Amino acid sequence: MTMLHTVNKSPFERNTLASCLGHAKSGSAILLIEDGVFAAVQGTAHEDTVRGAVADHKVFVLGPDLLARGMRPEQVIEGISVVDYGGFVDLTEQHDKVQAWV
Amino acid sequence: MSEPWEEEGPGTIKKFMYVNRKAPYGTIYALESLEVVLIAAAFEQDVSMAFLDDGVYQLKKGQDTQGIGMKNFSPTYRALEGYDVEKLYVEAESLAERGLSEDDLLVPVEVMGREALAELMDEQDVILSF
Repeated sequence: MTMLHTVNKSPFERNTLASCLGHAKSGSAILLIEDGVFAAVQGTAHEDTVRGAVADHKVFVLGPDLLARGMRPEQVIEGISVVDYGGFVDLTEQHDKVQAWV
Repeated sequence: MSEPWEEEGPGTIKKFMYVNRKAPYGTIYALESLEVVLIAAAFEQDVSMAFLDDGVYQLKKGQDTQGIGMKNFSPTYRALEGYDVEKLYVEAESLAERGLSEDDLLVPVEVMGREALAELMDEQDVILSF
């Protein structure tokens, strides 16, 4: 069974991402959305955690949520794929289940 | 007959600080804070705004909300000056943790350390948190 995890909270404000990473099985997919996109940006205090996640999971970030917050796709940590809403739909379709870490 | 609130004359001016700690768009706090500040500006008080924790993201340059179908309210921060809201304080530590610098911000601000901001908070008559 393949799982897609979504994280929609800022890593600076909640432990949602940390909790997700603690439970996500190796190889599962993680999609950062809404305020969760701040974790995808280079140069933050959470960069090491996220780089560790990229080594063990397929990590995605929702482009429209990045742009809304003034972040550009070029600022995203290497290994994270930027997807649009169509890509979000594809991800849900490609995985058996979705677990939303809210 | 004048209304009671008109008889008081120039009241005491109090120091109001609006403390912003939330990122824009994910929750309604940032927009609500801005609305309250603009309304309160009519009361001619000594107003300042502090941006710390995820609140510093409110001032990030280059916000483009077309893709999420929400109003980009970030240009409003540049209009605050016109409402005599000129004291915008940003916490240096919050910027650094997020890999941001003063150049990433869309409006002139005073960047200050956590201790200095704490002093400033201590001087206020009223603090409103968002």
